Amino acid sequence: MIDPLAPAAIPAEDEALRIPVREFVRSYTATMTPERRARSWTGFDAQFSRELARRGWIGLTLPVEFGGAGRSHFARFVVVEELLAAGAPVAAHWIADRQSGPLIAKYGTEAQKRRYLPKICSAEAFFAIGMSEPNAGSDLASVLTRAEPASTGWRLNGRKVWTTHAQQCHFVVVLARTSGTPADRHKGLSQFIVDLTLPGVAVQPIVDLTGDAHFSELVFDDVDLHADALIGQEGSGWEQVTAELAFERSGPERLYSSIALLEHWLAVLRVRGQSGEEPRPEVLALAGRFITHLCALREMSLSVTQLLAQGRSPAVEAALVKDLGTEFEQSLPTLIGEAIASAPEQAVDPALLRTLNYVAQIAPTYSLRGGTREILRGMVARGLGLR
Amino acid sequence: MTDALLEDGVEQFLDRCCSLREARVVEADESGHAAADLWKKVHASGFADALVPEERDGAGLQLASIGPIAFGCGRHALPLPLTQTMVARAALAEMDVRPPEGAIAISVAASIDSGSLTCPAVPYGLTAEWVLVPLNCGDTLLPTRAAQRTRSGGHGSLAADLYWASIPSDSIQLQKPVERIDWLSIAAALVAAQMSGAMERVTEMTIEYANSRSQFGRPIGKLQAIQQQISVMAEQSYASRSAALLGLASDSWCVHWRRAAVAKSRANDAATVVVATGHAVHGAIGITAEFDLQMFTRRLHDWRGCYGSATYWNERLGQALLDEDVSAVEFALERIRIGSTVVPGSPRP
Repeated sequence: MIDPLAPAAIPAEDEALRIPVREFVRSYTATMTPERRARSWTGFDAQFSRELARRGWIGLTLPVEFGGAGRSHFARFVVVEELLAAGAPVAAHWIADRQSGPLIAKYGTEAQKRRYLPKICSAEAFFAIGMSEPNAGSDLASVLTRAEPASTGWRLNGRKVWTTHAQQCHFVVVLARTSGTPADRHKGLSQFIVDLTLPGVAVQPIVDLTGDAHFSELVFDDVDLHADALIGQEGSGWEQVTAELAFERSGPERLYSSIALLEHWLAVLRVRGQSGEEPRPEVLALAGRFITHLCALREMSLSVTQLLAQGRSPAVEAALVKDLGTEFEQSLPTLIGEAIASAPEQAVDPALLRTLNYVAQIAPTYSLRGGTREILRGMVARGLGLR
Repeated sequence: MTDALLEDGVEQFLDRCCSLREARVVEADESGHAAADLWKKVHASGFADALVPEERDGAGLQLASIGPIAFGCGRHALPLPLTQTMVARAALAEMDVRPPEGAIAISVAASIDSGSLTCPAVPYGLTAEWVLVPLNCGDTLLPTRAAQRTRSGGHGSLAADLYWASIPSDSIQLQKPVERIDWLSIAAALVAAQMSGAMERVTEMTIEYANSRSQFGRPIGKLQAIQQQISVMAEQSYASRSAALLGLASDSWCVHWRRAAVAKSRANDAATVVVATGHAVHGAIGITAEFDLQMFTRRLHDWRGCYGSATYWNERLGQALLDEDVSAVEFALERIRIGSTVVPGSPRP
């Protein structure tokens, strides 16, 4: 069985971060349209990330000696929650702050920590995730990208795909096979930090169904890597990726992907209410339903954060909360879309419609990125003692 | 007392004191005698005074600490209103009224007609010795033995319609509080926690069954289609538990209506999935009276229908959200969770 999720409270010193973060983020995002806020995760704004870094809000959980704040996961929870609630453009520093930085802090050598962590904390080094490949999606262990020992270190060949913002990032952490074959599954995999400006690295942005190009295909053609590009132990790539995914799946970002749509829908309802148009009972119930699900999910997310703060790697708990969280996020455009379209003779606020359409189009990604729904449910099933 | 200690104590006590066999006997006995006998054992345990202050010989716990008791009542299908009695006794103690010995149910739908009183479909109306009824003259405890009791739920349900031709003379009048006590929210939060306990039990039974029942030459729990369904039901059960703990988050015996709303609404949504999947995986054996699954799924069905549906609570929350000019996230963070009981509109006598 999976242990019950213990209720958690954010410590006062971490909760104290909320007001200053909220004030800064609100002033920065004040002029953003709701459909831009809805792109929070994919909103790449290096200037914004540097402003956050200047205030010490990036790398909160990283060690002080490497430029971090040495604070608990609750501190990061508060900052991330405020960023996402406001729809701030977080993409530039997002991966480095959430998983690459903690990965390097946990598995990196002293030299690697000195080299990368201060730059992550000052928002000068942006990272991408090099996991998926054209033939290795949910079955991540079947990656074909290979790193062979070479005179200078390693020679990297292969392809990665769906690599978010590789075209704007400085580094990508690549999962590659260093020994054996895909038949060896989890054995023989290693992770490398690859500088995206190296010769032999080609980045090709891919346009998505909303017209944005937030992800890319990467080709590595005889890329020569220094020996210290290897992060962690050779052959321990699977264990490291699993720890990284626990970071990726456990944050509050798995509740707030559609929140800009909910907030703007409520704002429109309030304006209508002021002009005497009271919302129908089913609309009230829908708004309340979103609150009940959001509150329950946030309690669960706090419980997972508490496990992280205790130094545990809550992979199964994070999978459980992520699966429920993405279901909630995906329900917002469906149900709000239904509510809006249930008055066909009424004009719809144009910004609301644009936001709805963007969120409805992008929503299927919520349960793909960071592990598909079916993979997560498989993890939960195993945690429950099935199979 | 830590949560773990309390949880162990509750589990041991309920295992010993109330088996599902005994629960079935109580359900079948419309005279109320079996229930009264069982209550004597429950009452002797002292759990009923968990919320009563220590200076009045209670355990002095806050509602936020009694999660394990409420979950336990659901996990064991206890056929008595233990948590409801706990809160009622705490309220009586605070008002300097000596509480009666028996179990106390909560009714929120009384109607008076030329001197007679009707409380329809009272949860535990069949097994409680008293029912707490918010009347215009103040909250009143009415003895159920003086009432005409009719089972109002389905087969085996403990809910009953209660009818008194006139208000019995041994009714106990609570001192009228300055502000009305929000019994609906209290009852909703308590039943939501019981639902969560029952859902845990249904999920555990379903996992056990899937791992032991073989078809196509292997346990059905090895089939991905079954695994994915059980994962979903477990997720719903965990969500309900987290919401239930939020519902009980209070440093007194009172409940804030918004937290009760979250707890009950979320429990109702979860129960739909948990009951359906539990029965689907168990197949025909789960439908039999002899198999224990129905002891929990019947209750979940009953409890979904009492103290407000998801829609009822969602509408109230939605209205409050639109009335208060804050974002949904701020509403969730600051108008529901923050603090313990000191939230706008918190009912406190």
